Amino acid sequence: MDFFRQVMVIAAKDLRAELRTKEAINGSLAFSLVILLLFSFAFDPTGDTTREISGGLLWIVFAFAGTLILNRSFARELPNDCLDALIAAPISGAALFLGKAIANYLLLLAMELVSLPIFGIFYNVRWTQRFPELLLVLLLGTWALTVLGTMTSALTVNIRLREVMLPVLVYPMMVPPMMAAMILTTDLLNGNPLGPGNMLWVRVLVGFDVVFTILGVTLIDTVLVG
Amino acid sequence: MNAVAVDGVWKFYGDYPALRDIRLEAAAGTCLALIGRNGAGKTTLLRILAGFSRPGRGQVRICGTAPRGTVTRRRIGFIGHGISVYEELSAIENLMLFARLYGLREPRKAATEWLERTGLDRVAGGLVREFSRGMRQRLAVARAFIHDPSVLLLDEPFTALDDRAIAVLQRLLREALAEGKTIVMSTHQLREALELSTHVALLNRGQVAFSGPRTPEMVADPGFLYARYGEG
Repeated sequence: MDFFRQVMVIAAKDLRAELRTKEAINGSLAFSLVILLLFSFAFDPTGDTTREISGGLLWIVFAFAGTLILNRSFARELPNDCLDALIAAPISGAALFLGKAIANYLLLLAMELVSLPIFGIFYNVRWTQRFPELLLVLLLGTWALTVLGTMTSALTVNIRLREVMLPVLVYPMMVPPMMAAMILTTDLLNGNPLGPGNMLWVRVLVGFDVVFTILGVTLIDTVLVG
Repeated sequence: MNAVAVDGVWKFYGDYPALRDIRLEAAAGTCLALIGRNGAGKTTLLRILAGFSRPGRGQVRICGTAPRGTVTRRRIGFIGHGISVYEELSAIENLMLFARLYGLREPRKAATEWLERTGLDRVAGGLVREFSRGMRQRLAVARAFIHDPSVLLLDEPFTALDDRAIAVLQRLLREALAEGKTIVMSTHQLREALELSTHVALLNRGQVAFSGPRTPEMVADPGFLYARYGEG
């Protein structure tokens, strides 16, 4: 019980701090809209090709814009040495990691849910036709990005080039879940349901989420304290 | 049992030994002042005591247990170089956050009480980013004391404090000592520290050059230890 309370305290603190400054969420949203706009000039929105690559396009936007939120996760603790106070507090590293991951997850989902309708308009994609299944893919894919990004944010918090290092480390490791999310999203945006043909990719997403959540929870103490 | 026990601690940054075979003890109800020039290893030692970093060799015990244990962390109050409070949160939100993290039963009550004790009750709802430096420092003191720690680790606590914050901190530290708590503080403000301390340890290039009870001549001449055991 204490553990979940600690997780929620950390998540609430991060969300409250972010909603006061809106640094990460505003930057991320603006970035996502700019990429969507620029890509819409590059592709013919009515073309079949666009619909074929729609899932990839969407997840590239989410991954690029999402790193702006993830970069802030542990960097937020640097001013005034707040990370020291969190490490000194009698909470487990796992609670700290999960609290931060939940806050990041909610911020990423907010950015994605705002970007999705705009994506639909710019690219003439009917994203609502299989929305419940699309939401499931969004939830699974975003958690993969979140756990990996939160862990990497902790790993890079004390280095000067963390804004560069986070995407450099996260994107290669994100290949399996990104591939799964892209294929599933493309299928769903084209009206194909989840079924035996693409269930393997759902399993990839779930597996990645489970494995990297366990890794994050287990390794965070070593990452932060050594 | 000593409240703080450092036994043969070494710490390496690469090949460079920042701490070399440090052996120190502090009993409950005593105040150990760690003094030494910049780079002597005071902050490194305090960070190891607080559990922020692990020693390369040797071991540290706080009230008989390792510093990273959850129970031990409840016993430690730490003030470092930074104030460790969030600019985007108000004073009371900051204190309630740490009260919750330390598992206090009534976070709001504890936060309100400490805001009063540090003279910040009238700005309880104000955001920290709007505070003066002195107010931030007092809030940092409240944050470190809110969970009633039995061991206080203070890294240059008097640096950059205004008169009021120094007075608040000295009063709280005297009260803590009277209650039997243990204080380990590093400092360059020798006069303030020596007035308060019961024991002194002088670090020189990562080694303990002197360790022992504070004597009246140290208070009369704060440079005495440096002249006798330091680099001059």
